Amino acid sequence: MATIQGVTGAGVKPRAVQKPKPSFWHRVVKDFKRNKYIYLMLVPVVAYYIVFHYLPMYGAQIAFRDFIPTKGITGSEWIGLENFEDFFGSPAFGRLLRNTLAINLLDILLGFPAPIILALLLNEVSTPWFKRTVQTVTYMPYFISIVVLVGMVIDFAARDGLINQILMGLGMEPIPFMTKPEWYWPIYVGSSIWQAVGWGSIIYLASISSIDPSLYEAAKVDGANRFHQLWHITLPGISPTIVVLLILRLGAMMSLGYEKTILLYNPLVYDTADVISSYTFRRGILDANYGFSSAVGLFNSGINFILLLLANWLSRQRGGSGLF
Amino acid sequence: MAIRKTTGERIFDAINVALLSALIVIALYPLLYVLFASFSNPGELSRYRGVLLAPLGFSTAAYQAVFANPNIATGYRNTLFYVVAGTTINMILTCLGAYALSRRNVMWKRPITLMIVFTLFFSGGLIPTYLLVARTLDWINTPWAILIPGAISTFNLLVLKTAFEQVPPALEESARMDGANDFVILWRVVIPLSLPALAVITLFYAVAHWNAYFSALIYLRDRSLYPLQLVLREILIANQTGDMTGGALGGDVEPIGETIKYATIIVATIPILFLYPFLQRYFVKGVLIGAVKE
Repeated sequence: MATIQGVTGAGVKPRAVQKPKPSFWHRVVKDFKRNKYIYLMLVPVVAYYIVFHYLPMYGAQIAFRDFIPTKGITGSEWIGLENFEDFFGSPAFGRLLRNTLAINLLDILLGFPAPIILALLLNEVSTPWFKRTVQTVTYMPYFISIVVLVGMVIDFAARDGLINQILMGLGMEPIPFMTKPEWYWPIYVGSSIWQAVGWGSIIYLASISSIDPSLYEAAKVDGANRFHQLWHITLPGISPTIVVLLILRLGAMMSLGYEKTILLYNPLVYDTADVISSYTFRRGILDANYGFSSAVGLFNSGINFILLLLANWLSRQRGGSGLF
Repeated sequence: MAIRKTTGERIFDAINVALLSALIVIALYPLLYVLFASFSNPGELSRYRGVLLAPLGFSTAAYQAVFANPNIATGYRNTLFYVVAGTTINMILTCLGAYALSRRNVMWKRPITLMIVFTLFFSGGLIPTYLLVARTLDWINTPWAILIPGAISTFNLLVLKTAFEQVPPALEESARMDGANDFVILWRVVIPLSLPALAVITLFYAVAHWNAYFSALIYLRDRSLYPLQLVLREILIANQTGDMTGGALGGDVEPIGETIKYATIIVATIPILFLYPFLQRYFVKGVLIGAVKE
């Protein structure tokens, strides 16, 4: 489009233009001729997005229907908000909302600062090989698959697992962690931190390394010790990164994937473990209650949409790039 | 050292090193424990209480059981197929999309980009997607259900688009003068100049395929199609070591079940950990490319 405007506006005074502005269709045809291979490349890409992203959005209307698979989407009876009312009225609703929010909040409270602290500590290490070793070792858990991670957690937290063996060695009573609802949140969040803390520190380390070294030199001349430098130079230096990542993290407040949850939980701890996505999975795919679970999913998608827009807007306000 | 450290700084350094050393132990020990336990004598391990600092006795019985398990071999083979085929499809589509959307003077670029970015913010949800794949497309029990629904990661597409935008336009122009069309420019000019970014994206996709279990869980019924992660789920989480311990071992079933779990974890994780030192550099780069997207 830019060139076309450029061509019509080039040199000549607008009023003196002889030829009328090329019509919309004329421009479409010209653009298509020039970029025919580009559009050919886009055919499979756009087809993918239409089929696997936009068709499901269209299909999400079964949330408002009494969906019966044999009748099809539009053939099923329209029941308005009945599925949503069922969900909001069910005892599960409060529990799911509380668990989703609580696990996210715990993760933001503990999991968000952890990589920042690690990056700051790493930055203070003056022995290069030690720093490299810590980095290599702490990035490693990130590469363990979620199935193996959860398998290890369940094994270690079992009644006769490693953790209880250590507790008993210290003279304490063993705790059957995986059957105690009150232990589920710490286990979920703790294992996430274990897996991601090293990995998460990469971005902060990069941010620290882009701070102008002359600032530190000047501070040293002024007599600032290392703690002063950390507090007055390093932290302010990485605070824009922290703020943008925190805003984006807050945008995901209401989303919690089913991948880890459905592996880690069991019926004994549903009370604290069940979150919106895992409930959607159980009611939808295991119980084949499609209309109802689509309503649950759509409710969650809607909230996430609003939160993400807010986060994106905030991030732009702060001068960050925004999510996209 | 020109600058002498104060006592306070020395104390801080000591605490720092102690903290980070503790972190090394916390990050590494669970994996070491699994390694030691996998080589331990099953009977001794089941009686033992406490932390392991070396294998208890030495036994490869668990590994023999793991390698004798046809499900693990099949799982490995299937995962290899899903990783290679899936990543190939991912890369072809992502390169085409990223190239098209990184060009200047394409009239429909903005609306198409918007249409793609919108999917990051809103999705129809799990159930409509499941119904589409399972009912409308009828892909239950086919590899298509694993390979196609996630054929493009929008995040990766946007990262690669940014990388492609960095290729100097002059090179494209001169190639066009020589009669090259867009496919030739993509293959001969843009791709060779974006290899680091391509390596990162390829790795992101490949690791995602390696780790994936969920679509296999909901779309596959036929065990001969199961990827490794789904086999692992049965062994590690659903606790099904029974068919591996076999009847021949008689009363020893329970203890060897534990070591089989550990050996399975090692067998399933070793390839990644072996590749890890080579991959680490690229992944670190990937995090940073993603961070400075715009």
